[in-house]
Amino acid sequence: MQSLLKPSLCPNFAFIHINSNLSIMSGLIKSSIARKVVMALSGLFLVFFLAQHFTINITSVLAPDTFNEWSHFMGYNGLVQFILQPVLIAGVIVHFVMGIKLELQNNKARAIKYKKYNGSANASWMSRNMIITGLVVLAFLGLHIYDFWIHEMTYKYLEANPEDPTRYYAETVEKFEPFWRTVLYVISFVLLALHLWHGFASSFQSMGVNNKYSPSIRVFTQIYAIVIPLGFIFIALYHHFNPITH
Amino acid sequence: MKLNLKIWRQKDAKSSGELIDYALNGIEGDMSFLEMLDVLNEELINKGEEPVEFDHDCREGICGTCSLQINGEPHGPDRLVTTCQLHMRKFNDGDTIVIEPFRATAFPVIKDLIVDRSSFDRIQQSGGYISVNTSGNTVDANAIPIDKHDADKAMDAATCIGCGACVAACKNASAMLFTSAKVSQFALLPQGQIEATERVQSMVRQMDLEGFGNCTNTGACEIECPKGISLENIARMNREYLSATSKG
Amino acid sequence: MGILDSKVPSGPLANKWTQHKNDINLVNPANKRNIDIIVVGTGLAGGAAAATLAELGYNVKTFCYQDSPRRAHSIAAQGGINAAKNYQGDGDSNYRLFYDTIKGGDYRSREANVYRLAEVSGNIIDQCVAQGVPFAREYGGLLDNRSFGGVLVSRTFYAKGQTGQQLLLGCYAAMNRQINRGKIKPFNRHEMMDLVLVDGKARGIIARDLVTGQIERHSAHAVVLATGGYGNVFFLSTNAMGSNVMAAWRAHRRGAFFANPCYTQIHPTCIPVSGDHQSKLTLMSESLRNDGRIWVPKRLDDAKAIREGKLTPIQLKEEDRDYYLERRYPAFGNLVPRDVASRAAKERCDAGFGVNKTGEAVYLDFATAIQRYGKEQALTHGIKNADDKEIIKLGKEVIEAKYGNLFQMYEKIVDQNPYETPMMIYPAVHYTMGGLWVDYNLQTTIEGCYCAGEANFSDHGANRLGASALMQGLADGYFVLPYTIGDYLSKDIRTGTIPTDSPEFDAAENAVTGRLEKLMGGKGLHSVDHYHKKLGKIMWNKCGMARNAKELQEAITEISTLRADFWENVKIPGKMEGMNQELEKAGRVADFLELGELFAKDALHRNESCGGHFREEYQTPEGEALRDDINFKYAAAWEFKGEPKDAVLHKEDLVYENIELKTRSYK
Repeated sequence: MQSLLKPSLCPNFAFIHINSNLSIMSGLIKSSIARKVVMALSGLFLVFFLAQHFTINITSVLAPDTFNEWSHFMGYNGLVQFILQPVLIAGVIVHFVMGIKLELQNNKARAIKYKKYNGSANASWMSRNMIITGLVVLAFLGLHIYDFWIHEMTYKYLEANPEDPTRYYAETVEKFEPFWRTVLYVISFVLLALHLWHGFASSFQSMGVNNKYSPSIRVFTQIYAIVIPLGFIFIALYHHFNPITH
Repeated sequence: MKLNLKIWRQKDAKSSGELIDYALNGIEGDMSFLEMLDVLNEELINKGEEPVEFDHDCREGICGTCSLQINGEPHGPDRLVTTCQLHMRKFNDGDTIVIEPFRATAFPVIKDLIVDRSSFDRIQQSGGYISVNTSGNTVDANAIPIDKHDADKAMDAATCIGCGACVAACKNASAMLFTSAKVSQFALLPQGQIEATERVQSMVRQMDLEGFGNCTNTGACEIECPKGISLENIARMNREYLSATSKG
Repeated sequence: MGILDSKVPSGPLANKWTQHKNDINLVNPANKRNIDIIVVGTGLAGGAAAATLAELGYNVKTFCYQDSPRRAHSIAAQGGINAAKNYQGDGDSNYRLFYDTIKGGDYRSREANVYRLAEVSGNIIDQCVAQGVPFAREYGGLLDNRSFGGVLVSRTFYAKGQTGQQLLLGCYAAMNRQINRGKIKPFNRHEMMDLVLVDGKARGIIARDLVTGQIERHSAHAVVLATGGYGNVFFLSTNAMGSNVMAAWRAHRRGAFFANPCYTQIHPTCIPVSGDHQSKLTLMSESLRNDGRIWVPKRLDDAKAIREGKLTPIQLKEEDRDYYLERRYPAFGNLVPRDVASRAAKERCDAGFGVNKTGEAVYLDFATAIQRYGKEQALTHGIKNADDKEIIKLGKEVIEAKYGNLFQMYEKIVDQNPYETPMMIYPAVHYTMGGLWVDYNLQTTIEGCYCAGEANFSDHGANRLGASALMQGLADGYFVLPYTIGDYLSKDIRTGTIPTDSPEFDAAENAVTGRLEKLMGGKGLHSVDHYHKKLGKIMWNKCGMARNAKELQEAITEISTLRADFWENVKIPGKMEGMNQELEKAGRVADFLELGELFAKDALHRNESCGGHFREEYQTPEGEALRDDINFKYAAAWEFKGEPKDAVLHKEDLVYENIELKTRSYK
């Protein structure tokens, strides 16, 4: 009890109960705070995934062989394919569904709108437009899934092609050949950066972390929000301007 | 000073309202915003029209009665003041000022600029207290020493005046800052520990029942709060809530 | 002795309250469930009483005109609350607190009540801490105290500059707990319009729902009025805009005597009026006088030049300034009591030395203190040969640490930087010591009608000490009234619910509706505020800080004329149904127009100067107050007889068995 009064980096382990006990979870989601926590946890999970994704992708610029090797591992490792991948999909769905649900409820909480509302006076554009940046990122995700995931699923399971640990690099670079796709990727990553700018730091607040470390956390999350999307943009542009010559 | 006012007029809770234009002359910078409305009302009464009804009482920034969304911000453009302490020198000659009631589904309009904030009362009634009877036989006030740091933080949270600016400012009309201020005050004091679990659960449940929105950490509430209540309190309430939930 | 029986128990002073509690009748818990109590007003006294009565098991209904009990004007008290805890070990005791309060009240309060107040003061702090009131603490974790209002000990507990707010929120929380239990039914945005008497006993009220305009009947076995003071009779005061005398005045008209209406506290350090638009005055803590020096220009032409903006105060040389408090009261200087400081400021401004555009302001200057602290800081920090700039910088830092929040508030309101140019201050009406007459049990002269807090007259005599108002409100509400009312209610256990369809309720409701219709029926020449401002001007000019027989007589005539004009010509737009703030104000101002006249009549009859009541005819050759203990050592309780001018005086002789009466001197 006492320790709870002291601000601590680790909020506590309540969320473990949330995940381990479905009945509590369904009850919890009825409360606004639990909804925030679910948003925060799924968001943080996606942030972590993004870092991992980036780590692999950057090798496509630095060391194509490593890229092929890692991609192949991710594509054919059972744990990754049948445990982590579904968890990731679930994470995206939870984050999306909860985000929409929150937005609808929030809309209802002010049924009659202001004639004049000066939102920029007291809150950042990013924090006020998570639904917009989120939906754009979601749309991008559709393209991204179409580009890579559907392709992978088709290649591996529908067409049941043999394993080829060297195909990934070329496939990836090829995707960035069309100008329109590269532009879409760049725009999407800019919006992802805006989404992360608010969302990453915000998730800590939602889980009850607001203490002397918070300014540092904020700086870290904002650096992350810029660096990672910028990195993805760099990868996209790099491959666009350095096509594989056949 | 000459002003163009656009003021929300609404006959009663059931009617729909609209912004009505009023031109007002002779306003001085030394007037408070509410005194400016007094001048308008005096004019309206003398013309035989119904004055604009607005909530106000202490006019020294502490009772939390006055409200008003002024040019899109609760309590207007100045910081750390309530509308009664906002002075007209913050505006310029010829300005157009839009004045609306605080908007939230949980704050229905009663008339003109007056809203019903009894949802705040019900949140407090659901658990914003320490259950101690007035016997005169409680322990001596100095029997339990309290860390000055905690006591000061409890005081900072307790300065909430319940005006509703946090709800009015929030794009989601969330009442988290208000609710968390009370939860925090008691969470920081030893006297508040015994009922901590029940308190935070009841108050959050009531807050949700009243139809306030969800917090998305935009921080608008903290900026607009006339008493500078910190977002730390919301984080503390989140911790309290998670801890209470883990206890079942 | 007359017809007033104070019901003070016999026996030694220190045992009276304990003995009384042992002697009075109690109501069995099962029977309390059958008894209803109405509490009007939810500030410290009303909120505390409502919560405690509900805890005890009574069915309580509370009424307040605000949208929530949390907004009652107790919330605005800044300084602190006194309690004889002696935590500082500086020799405080119940007796000392009692003695200071009686003396501060200029020997015009009832000994037994004041002693009881001191006796329960410690319990208040215990109770509030248990409720989670975040009082200021020292680093060791124990409660901090500060000294206040010139007493010799540190006994004031505080929560920043918001003590009233925190104590009220404590009451509100205690109420909320009972509301949650269903023991209190709150009627917010409701105003009491009349008291209903059945067989001579208070048995209910007529209230108006301020949202729907509906007139409602509420019955109870007893009615508690805790509706605060009537400072708004002056229009401009530090009271809230809605603060009013309606409940107390309605009870007065039904038979409750009104005591000492002329005792008003005028606080010396408020932000001056800036123009005709002014709606209310803001207090600046008295503590500022510890470091500020009060002055006006010595020459009239300088004052005029300042008013016209041709001269600034910092341009005026030291020898051209008149530090009039230091000149008149060399011993106490700027730290003379509130009433003395207020009168001196008025005297200078009346003589034409006022320094703002309305001519009603004096300077409170921190330049000397900034210099003094600056030099002190330079010395303690070992800065040698510090130049003026450095000293002023260091001095300002000290001032900021002590009064930063007040300076900031001043700057927000006045738009001048008080570190650079002297503050302007002027006295303002702040508190009313008078109120409904009550006996030792806090019962008015109407059976079953009780009165607590600022609304009654009992504890502060002719002048209230700083940090004592909060103490009295909570003492009455938490610790006195809930016991004493039981004695009365013990006779009501077989009465059963009081019906609201009796002829008495019919008549009261008809009277209320008739009065509202009459208000609405005015010819419509002037707004309510027009009359309220006029009344305020009469009160301030003729019944304010200094009074004389001629002007008081004029005031009586003028108020009476104004009242007739009001009823004839007031203009109230809108309808009786639904929300109508002008109608609310009109009802309140109508009562102020009656009270104001009684106020003047009371001031006129009291041919002495005491505490907040200063009669120019009764002063020493040096201009100090001259009390008359032989002829006026009594509480003046007025009985309503139709018109204020016909009110009949009843005297409660004040007996001092434990204190020797002395004259105050600050020379």
